[in-house]
Amino acid sequence: MTGRAESPTSQRLSTGVQLILRVLHHFAPHRWTHARLLKWGVTGRTLVIAVPYLWLLLFFLVPFIIVLKIAFSETQIAMPPYQPLVHWVGDKAVNLTLNFGNFLFLLEDNLYWKAFLNSLKVAGISTFFCLLIGYPMAYAIARADSTKRNVLLMMVILPFWTSFLLRVYAWIGILKNNGLINNFLLWTGVIDQPIVMLQTDFAIYVGIVYSYLPFMILPLYSNLEKMDLTLLEAAQDLGCGPFKAFMKITLPLSMPGILAGSMLVFIPAVGEFVIPTLLGGPESLMIGKVLWTEFFNNRDWPVASAVAIALLIFLVVPIVYFQRVQARETGGGVHR
Amino acid sequence: MSRKVPLFRLSVLVFGFAFLYVPILSLIVYSFNKSRLVTVWAGFSTEWYGRLFENQQILGAAWLSLKIAAINATGAVILGTLAGLALARFGQFRGRTILSSMTTAPLVMPEVITGLSLLLLFVAMEQIIGWPAGRGVTTITIAHMTFTMAYVTVIVQSRLATMDDSLEEAAMDLGARPAKVFFLITLPIIAPALLSGWLLAFTISLDDLVIASFVAGPGSSTLPMVIFSKVRLGVSPDINALASIMVLLVAIGVVIAGILMSRQEKTRQRDMQMAIAENQ
Repeated sequence: MTGRAESPTSQRLSTGVQLILRVLHHFAPHRWTHARLLKWGVTGRTLVIAVPYLWLLLFFLVPFIIVLKIAFSETQIAMPPYQPLVHWVGDKAVNLTLNFGNFLFLLEDNLYWKAFLNSLKVAGISTFFCLLIGYPMAYAIARADSTKRNVLLMMVILPFWTSFLLRVYAWIGILKNNGLINNFLLWTGVIDQPIVMLQTDFAIYVGIVYSYLPFMILPLYSNLEKMDLTLLEAAQDLGCGPFKAFMKITLPLSMPGILAGSMLVFIPAVGEFVIPTLLGGPESLMIGKVLWTEFFNNRDWPVASAVAIALLIFLVVPIVYFQRVQARETGGGVHR
Repeated sequence: MSRKVPLFRLSVLVFGFAFLYVPILSLIVYSFNKSRLVTVWAGFSTEWYGRLFENQQILGAAWLSLKIAAINATGAVILGTLAGLALARFGQFRGRTILSSMTTAPLVMPEVITGLSLLLLFVAMEQIIGWPAGRGVTTITIAHMTFTMAYVTVIVQSRLATMDDSLEEAAMDLGARPAKVFFLITLPIIAPALLSGWLLAFTISLDDLVIASFVAGPGSSTLPMVIFSKVRLGVSPDINALASIMVLLVAIGVVIAGILMSRQEKTRQRDMQMAIAENQ
């Protein structure tokens, strides 16, 4: 139906493409390359699959194998920052005895455990607050008139298009001791001493909730918008109050949206680096910050790799789960 | 009841959007502050904008970032379209599950992991095959393409899933080859999705600090890297000026996109009415 309706516009659009194609078609190389490729058994279909496949294999999957390898390599020899891999060409048996050193180091040093647990806690609490703020917003947008809906949705996405780094930076000016909030409270006389907010865990929570809120709202919105409203009418006809109808119908039906949004917030938040660095205190322990410090400040590539592997192990379950949800969602198709 | 519920929804929206927009507005307001102390108001001034345009380091980094973002977005759209096409149109093929998970994992993968793993790959590749020699624009672009193509894939895949494929089938029935069908039918229809994918890839690349920091070499500091090293030391008014300019550019872009989209929607509706009239 929509395809047919669109055809006059797309026809106009396609005449341009058609022209380009006709010009291309008269190029001899295009013809013989095609014939030769076919002789090799390379069809267009294989190429369409192979190009992104090989790209991702090389630049997404293989790197993890290298990280794993380096995580199992010796620490001291790796200290010169730009030649850390030299020694893994060496004797395998020797390597194997030293192998688990980096991971044992992670286990023995309390710092890493605390950082991991604290990251999970911070990400978990932030996800909860994102849901607490995001759900009512997504709900209100999904139930607004269709004309306003697009504008409201646009307003949710808009901050996402402006720099993440600068939006986090904005909170420094708001939260610091002589910042916006403290100045306002001092001026109204509610407090006579500035409240210390910057460089605390509170600031990290605010930063994460603020930055990741659109990621929570969008999947929730697309879920709530699809919902069959006649179910609610039926429940009301049967004497169900609005609150009960929400708890019995809307909430359970929106569970896929809640889970997708929560994964989109939780997983990246666990490894967050920018927010704890800019808003948190120097002693705030987040694993992303620890990895960064090991890598850039201590130049200890094997330990940084071991931290990355450990973080991946923590996240593999939520990531695989997210992929399942994502595959189902894109199959059915509503995503921005 | 019908009065109470909209009030609740209204307050939710007002509170929510205030939370989203007050920080951005505060950045803009303080960019016009005379005082160096950013949050202490000392009168209106455009001094910091002048200072910003004298700062060669920021201007150079901005130019580099824009270049990387444009190349990245183009590459990401090509790769993402291929992947989205394969996932949405080719049914089951060998390696489909792997391809599908490799295109969704980068969406949520913590940036520190992606950055570290790509750097280690580039170092290993340099040792084994001598390419890429050193790190810089090339490595940053490759890294950005790898994780922004995931966004393009999702957009293209979901656009293709909702698209009516009867036109494609009709063209195929009339003897058009798959490549021709793609360029003549599919591509024009999904063109708006490709445009939004391009813009998204562009913005994400322009904004990325963590991955770029890992894979950048000496002398290839991108704009976020320069901003980060400045704001790490505290607030600085010229960064507020920079932020305001970026917000302004995004706002202009969104307004233009909105106008174009509503115009396209109007033509579409007119076409639809014409089509209905012709059929009668």
